[in-house]
Amino acid sequence: MAVWCVALLLTGCGEPPWNNPYPPERAGETVLYGSFGERPKHLDPVRSYSSNEYAFIAQIYEPPLQYHYLKRPYALVPLTAESVPEPRLLDAAGNPLPADAAADVAISEYLVRIRPGIRYQPHPAFARDDAGGYRYHALTPEQAGRLNTLADLPETGSRELTAEDYVYQIKRLAAPWLHSPIAGLMAEHILGFADLSRRLGELAPPAQDGERPFFDLRKVPFDGAEVVDRYSFRVRIQGRYPQFIYWLAMPFFAPMPWEAEALYQQPGMKQSNLTLDWYPVGTGPFMLTENNPNRRMVLSRNPDFHGERYPSEGMPGDAEAGLLDDAGKELPMIDRAVYSLEKEGIPYWNKFLQGYYDSSGISSDAFDQAVQFDAAGQAGLTEAMREKGIELVTAVDTSIMYMGFNMRDPLLGGDSERARLLRQAISIAVDFGEYISIFANGRGVEAQGPVPPGIFGHREGEAGINPAVFRWQHGRPVRRSVDEARALLAEAGYHDGRDPETGRPLTIYYEAMDAGPDGKARLNWMRKQFAKLGIELVVRATDYNRFQEKMRKGTGQVFMWGWNADYPDPENFFFLLYGPNAKVDGGENAANYRNTEFDSLFEQMKNLPDGPARQQIIDRMTTILRQDAPWAFGYYPKSFSLHHRWLDNVKPNLMANNTLKYRALQPEVRARLREAWNPPVLWPIGAAVLLLVLGAVPAMLIARRRERSSAR
Amino acid sequence: MSAYLIRRLFYALPILIGVNLITFVLFFVLNSPDDMARMQLGDKRVTQAAVDSWKAEHGYDQPLLFNADAPGLGAFTETIFFQKSVKLFAFDFGSSDSGRDIGYDISQRMWPSLAIALPVLLVGLAINISYALMIIFFRATYIDWGSVVLLVAMMSISGLFYIIGGQFLIGKLFHLVPISGYDTGPQATKFLILPVIVGVIGGIGSGTRLYRTFFLEEINRDYVRTAHAKGLRERVVLFRHVLRNALIPILTGVVAVLPLLFMGALITESFFGVPGLGSYTIDAINRQDFAIVRAMVFLGSVLYILGLILTDLSYTLVDPRVRLS
Repeated sequence: MAVWCVALLLTGCGEPPWNNPYPPERAGETVLYGSFGERPKHLDPVRSYSSNEYAFIAQIYEPPLQYHYLKRPYALVPLTAESVPEPRLLDAAGNPLPADAAADVAISEYLVRIRPGIRYQPHPAFARDDAGGYRYHALTPEQAGRLNTLADLPETGSRELTAEDYVYQIKRLAAPWLHSPIAGLMAEHILGFADLSRRLGELAPPAQDGERPFFDLRKVPFDGAEVVDRYSFRVRIQGRYPQFIYWLAMPFFAPMPWEAEALYQQPGMKQSNLTLDWYPVGTGPFMLTENNPNRRMVLSRNPDFHGERYPSEGMPGDAEAGLLDDAGKELPMIDRAVYSLEKEGIPYWNKFLQGYYDSSGISSDAFDQAVQFDAAGQAGLTEAMREKGIELVTAVDTSIMYMGFNMRDPLLGGDSERARLLRQAISIAVDFGEYISIFANGRGVEAQGPVPPGIFGHREGEAGINPAVFRWQHGRPVRRSVDEARALLAEAGYHDGRDPETGRPLTIYYEAMDAGPDGKARLNWMRKQFAKLGIELVVRATDYNRFQEKMRKGTGQVFMWGWNADYPDPENFFFLLYGPNAKVDGGENAANYRNTEFDSLFEQMKNLPDGPARQQIIDRMTTILRQDAPWAFGYYPKSFSLHHRWLDNVKPNLMANNTLKYRALQPEVRARLREAWNPPVLWPIGAAVLLLVLGAVPAMLIARRRERSSAR
Repeated sequence: MSAYLIRRLFYALPILIGVNLITFVLFFVLNSPDDMARMQLGDKRVTQAAVDSWKAEHGYDQPLLFNADAPGLGAFTETIFFQKSVKLFAFDFGSSDSGRDIGYDISQRMWPSLAIALPVLLVGLAINISYALMIIFFRATYIDWGSVVLLVAMMSISGLFYIIGGQFLIGKLFHLVPISGYDTGPQATKFLILPVIVGVIGGIGSGTRLYRTFFLEEINRDYVRTAHAKGLRERVVLFRHVLRNALIPILTGVVAVLPLLFMGALITESFFGVPGLGSYTIDAINRQDFAIVRAMVFLGSVLYILGLILTDLSYTLVDPRVRLS
């Protein structure tokens, strides 16, 4: 207790608030404070593919394009490129074709021109000695072994970004030892990509003691991506692949200077954890100045950033919301962003309420404390949150959660009318509106088709409802009744959900991946949904590995899964149901759905520009899906996030990952409120000491009395 | 004694091999090398070719325990088990499946674990012994009975309750220390106070009750009766005789856990955001990083065996009657 008191007093020597986890001298700086729950696995843009990794690398690496921060629908704008490239179509003989050519397109060429004068962040890979050679490119294994962090290489340098760096990165995507998750996809589209991958595997020196020596990819010719001049490069796509343009806005296509690989792939560097996966090097507004994912990651302003200005155009309402107040101002608007490791929800939430995190998501535990719904079903903040000046931002995600039926299954799958009616009946019975309200705190919108709001092809209102499952009543979609579902079931030959051959209730197996205590309620709910039709649902709960295995083998029957868009194009959702993309064949079509008309329409749709013709095809494809019901369209998740009043320019952009540069802060407001919200309460220490004294005095008196009595 | 120590170290070898084998089997019953590859490569757009390439790159493309295609000893050595296990015995933990050097990570993360575990042990020891002595002093009174009830109640409460309660009261309500986080150097103090308090309070129930038992056992011995008969004061009897003799089981118990202090506390580190070895292990299990799981289980086994050997040695130091042979 004495130690506790002393320690507490020591803590109290500083200025209040005492519970400030950050150095008090930084209170007035424009530092954004956030958190991360799990350390990013990869920071190398060739491998990163998850949102917690993009939160960091998208601020550091700059692909040629980016999404406009404010405009909707999502629009691509140049980042390092001079303009958004238009594909040049060529036939097999290399002759140009018109932009609307429907057939005979052998090659699509994308010529990307980048702006001159863009420079990399200061980095040891560019440091040079007096003779002009690279300062750290010839380290001995002993020298490399003595390094602990990149800061142990104190000299830094920089150089101008060139087209060669983009081509270098595209070649890295093909390097088999780098395991890029999109290598398989790019092999289908970029000319000669698969061949390059094979050649790299043959040419590159093998790994020695787990470390692969530097192999200069610039020496390997590649038809798929070529340098045209210092500031231009050309990518050749086989046939048409209009969605390729979206990949140019993802970190996979960010530039990589060869010098970085030359530095990091020296013997001994990997053993010292000095790798591109740990220490990124980019041209973006921020650079990673502290990378200790066991505790803290810090992004600091890149002194060599080429400069960018806050957008001056937005959507109606943006100006009123103050989102255009900083129009034309120099980016980034903050100096640093400090992300602390926060593995548990309770301390994270409490620290947000104390003002030590500038923004926060809302966990299920804290939902009722933060959000309430009015009579019209609109989400709003509770009184306690409003008093603190906390603001709520909501957005429907460009994602879908769906219940899939394995179309290879003899009972549920196939093209028969019986199976179709059975799937439709189940689609009606499983009430995802109820699911959203019970298990997602109302954070979701019932899905009417595969394409979520915000993506071209999605239709709102009566025209957008799924008539197989919903009716349009009183200006909103209303799920069809269970009686209608039972009627469909009877039409399929299953009266009261009974198998006509055995007379017993139909048994369906549900592949579940949430076998834990939280999942039990969900699984019980799911059983009840099927029980409405008299169908017995047998849950086969397993872990995610086994679940994925069943999906790959096509042995599951019914399952729930989801998809988060890579880019804002309907192709990125419809391809999940494209026949040749079946999961059993290694694709992402987990339902293994195949419909000739749908597949043919998909092939047309994916190459069309957004417009009435494309919408018409999408409408037809959606109708086919609603009729065939390979999925019971579940819901589009809705994200709710909170931020304090001192954080400005917060607008959800579900496609852009490089949004940190737009954030603005009022640190003086934050410092004042933190102090007001966190005054140290000292009476408990006094009370504890008093309690100890009060307890000790009588005990001592009794002890003395006992000793004296025993002495007598 | 040297012969005894050498023998104990040799006994440790089959134990370590057994632990390693059990860890290996348990891990791979749940996760195949394909699963591990998919976990590392991500969920989206992963092809079987990419999975195979990852396995080959990380040495998971061989059979698990027995290689029927390899001649002679190769049937056992050209397996994942042998290739991944043999270096452990030279304390070469290698790289994690995501490419990090495990030895370096352990050397970095054991200090935060120690920064919590050591104060918890020392402060807890002082408080538990003092409290147990006080109970003994007032034995067979309402203070004794009340304390036992309190201690049993404290033992029955989940450790998680102490953590959440401590964070709520001291961090959230009283604003005295940060709720969670960690820093290095003197700045670490304010982050350590709360986990240490929680750790100490959480351990009072079981610790004090155990020490009370030790003291009760001693207090009924003949030498204590003799001391009383000689007219020594109760205080003197307790501190000079009872405490000194009861310290033998207490100290040997403490010595046994000393090496394990490095391993950290799983839940405490997770809730307080302390980057120790406990959270390192939990993260590795969640990420299916077998290299780290195997290294941590191996290290835990080594430290446990070391603790037991140290316990034996400490017996000889605190009790001259004990001889190791």
